[in-house]
Amino acid sequence: MKRAVPLTITALGGFVLIVAYFIPAAQGWGEIAAIWFDILAAVAFVLGGGNLLKIHLKKVSDRKGGWGYSGITLAAFLITLVVGLAKVGVNPNPHFPEVALSGGYREIGSPFWWLYEYAFKPLTATMFAMLAFYIASAAFRAFRAKNVEAILLLGTAFIILLGRTFAGVYLTAWLPDSLSGLKIENLTIHIMSVLNTAGNRAIMIGIALGIASTSLRVLLGIDRSYLGTGKQ
Amino acid sequence: MFEFLKNLDKRWIFLLMFLAVAIPVYVVGKTGKAFPEVPTMLSESTFQAVEELHEGDPVLLSFDFDPASEGELGPMATAFVKHCAEKKLKIFFMALWPVGPQMIDDVVRKVIDADFPHLVYGEDYVNLGYKPGYEGVIKVVITDLRELYTTDDKGTNIDEIPMMADIHSVQDFELVINVSAGYPGTKEWVLYAVTPFPDKVKLVAGCTGVQAPLLYPYIPEQLPGLLGAIKGAAEYEKLVIDKYGGEHPDPKYLEAKRRMGPQLVAHLLIILLIILANIIFVVEKRRERR
Amino acid sequence: MDRRTLTWIIVGLMGGLFLVGRALLTDRGMGKVYVRAVEINSDDPDPDHRWTRHENALPRDYAAAVAANPEQTEYRFSLARTVGTWVAAFFTLFILSFLYKDNSLYKIAESVVVGVSAAYWMVVGFWTTIIPNLLGKLFPVWINSWAMPGLRADAEWVYIFPLILGVMLLMRLSPKGGWISRWPLAFIIGTTAGIRLIGYLHADFLSQIRNTIVTLWATDMAGSFQLWDSLKSLILVIGVLSALVYFFFSIEHKGIVGKTAKLGIWFLMVTFGAAFGYTVMGRIALLAIRLEFLLDDWLWLIDPALRRIGM
Repeated sequence: MKRAVPLTITALGGFVLIVAYFIPAAQGWGEIAAIWFDILAAVAFVLGGGNLLKIHLKKVSDRKGGWGYSGITLAAFLITLVVGLAKVGVNPNPHFPEVALSGGYREIGSPFWWLYEYAFKPLTATMFAMLAFYIASAAFRAFRAKNVEAILLLGTAFIILLGRTFAGVYLTAWLPDSLSGLKIENLTIHIMSVLNTAGNRAIMIGIALGIASTSLRVLLGIDRSYLGTGKQ
Repeated sequence: MFEFLKNLDKRWIFLLMFLAVAIPVYVVGKTGKAFPEVPTMLSESTFQAVEELHEGDPVLLSFDFDPASEGELGPMATAFVKHCAEKKLKIFFMALWPVGPQMIDDVVRKVIDADFPHLVYGEDYVNLGYKPGYEGVIKVVITDLRELYTTDDKGTNIDEIPMMADIHSVQDFELVINVSAGYPGTKEWVLYAVTPFPDKVKLVAGCTGVQAPLLYPYIPEQLPGLLGAIKGAAEYEKLVIDKYGGEHPDPKYLEAKRRMGPQLVAHLLIILLIILANIIFVVEKRRERR
Repeated sequence: MDRRTLTWIIVGLMGGLFLVGRALLTDRGMGKVYVRAVEINSDDPDPDHRWTRHENALPRDYAAAVAANPEQTEYRFSLARTVGTWVAAFFTLFILSFLYKDNSLYKIAESVVVGVSAAYWMVVGFWTTIIPNLLGKLFPVWINSWAMPGLRADAEWVYIFPLILGVMLLMRLSPKGGWISRWPLAFIIGTTAGIRLIGYLHADFLSQIRNTIVTLWATDMAGSFQLWDSLKSLILVIGVLSALVYFFFSIEHKGIVGKTAKLGIWFLMVTFGAAFGYTVMGRIALLAIRLEFLLDDWLWLIDPALRRIGM
């Protein structure tokens, strides 16, 4: 029972979507399955929040190392959650002024908006901006022109890096029009549209076959790893 | 000196990178000068895809990105909306990323509220908002938009929005414009919207540098126009501003073009770092041989 | 306290004093945010149905409004958003401080972002889907009365299934109910597999093969042979085939297969080089926008978009 039902659900959910692809009459079923999927995706956000709460509450209650930071995480989580769910400081929708909670959850000026604008946004954006530093450090440490393959990789990278800025235009501006195909900015275009396309297309075909076979294994119940070990 | 370089503390590299971006940002910001841009074919075809539409044609703009990739994609989003507004198209916004609606809000304030205040919400543009479900959302809206989007982002019933009258699914749009930072994004739009309905759905996209090379195999059959990273944005900006910017274009529409300054210096730094590392590598090898 | 810590404290204090001095003691200041009042439902007779919304305003518009009429009330300084800008600036610096070394300021910023983003996703999921697409379908009248007055629909009882599956999914949080969550998980896995199986086969397998079947004898409109275009098509076809041969692990890479695979590797290396170049390009733009924020929005050292012109 513990395995048969999930396996049936998996197969049903998947095959409904596959059938819907080929039979227009079954399209409605496919839509229903996809909408349920979307709803579960929203529930997964709640699950994520719940999990975070569970882990950090335990850290705080156990007084594990760095539990103070867990406290900050919990405070940030709870404050954002409360002001967001209760729509604190949000005015109603102008068309329905009598319904207090009808306004947009992220209305400009509300505390939830403030937390997004001045905490979420700068923090996530800066975290990603840090990658610029790490990629510079990696460039210095990792790329050695040891063999033909490495030289091809580095050469391409150099052409792209130059060709996608004004440096490329500037460096080969002296080339006559008859050789314009060799100007760095044009080389960049050819590399992208021919060589890169060829390489990525081969990778894409390979991945597509991989995904198709994995999906089929899951739907047919051959791959059951997502059900866990069964010890629970 | 050699030993210092060989065992270079990575913090020196961080500092160089910081300066390589900060100094040009400052200089470009102070002087307002930027490098000239020559649009490539792909930017041209993206521009043309919007350009050939007629007044009142419905376009769907899916903003599938977040603040983390705003540096690359924000200028594209701005330019796309400016272009659509200039062309008097009916603009429908939606988002597959939870923070996408915030990106839509920002662009609406920056472009529509500021420069096209005559456009009426619900008649000229509408924000359908975000729905969770990744590609599952595309899978539904491609055949039935109203089943999932029962209201717009503000909670107004979809049937009471005048510009929604003729829209039943994504197939009813003349063009889909996707600004994408990853999953779900342009790839999913190609997979679940364009490929199954090639005659009904036309897609152009602006994407991050990381995704751009991966999307080239779709060009041009499944993806007729693509703006790759900040350079693509700068080229598209130029096309839009050359045609619609007037004599003294508002500098807010030239954000990507300005950002190409720090871009150039930082690219040169990366190249120099790689060359330097290789010189060290060769010298060291020779020493070992001795 | 060692010397290094002391040096950093002194540097930090001096920087802080400079910023406060610049912000408070100079006429122009820095990092200030202004807002414009927008009256909502101003003609509604019921005072409870009227309110004011504050949109962000450009400093130059504020300055112009004050110059025209010092008594005006439409534009004003916003303390909450000014504090916000400073908080955002310090958070940005806290994260950047990690580049020097791991420290408690970075950890604080990291903890905040984890908490805020998890709650953010939850709130968004709740208001954009759980309310309109789940509860709104099951109990439209109830949802209509307090949350979404725009919602008009008849109850669709079939949505009881995703509700049950959703509750089962949440059982994952309970120590003993983990196995119950396998049902919705099975549904998620199954539908994902179903969506992807066809999607990838169609777009990334069949269509890519189709896209690669190109004429190797390219001609222009007048019918004359185009060498360059033909060459490009040829290279493309050779590239795809040779790289595919490299991925073909069922045959030993020897002889002609080995040579073709080697050529395939070269194509793949160019592909990776291009990917690296584009990745660098992307990462730098992300850093540029953060530094623009610090120099422009916060320090007011630059003004590329002319937002403070005339101040």
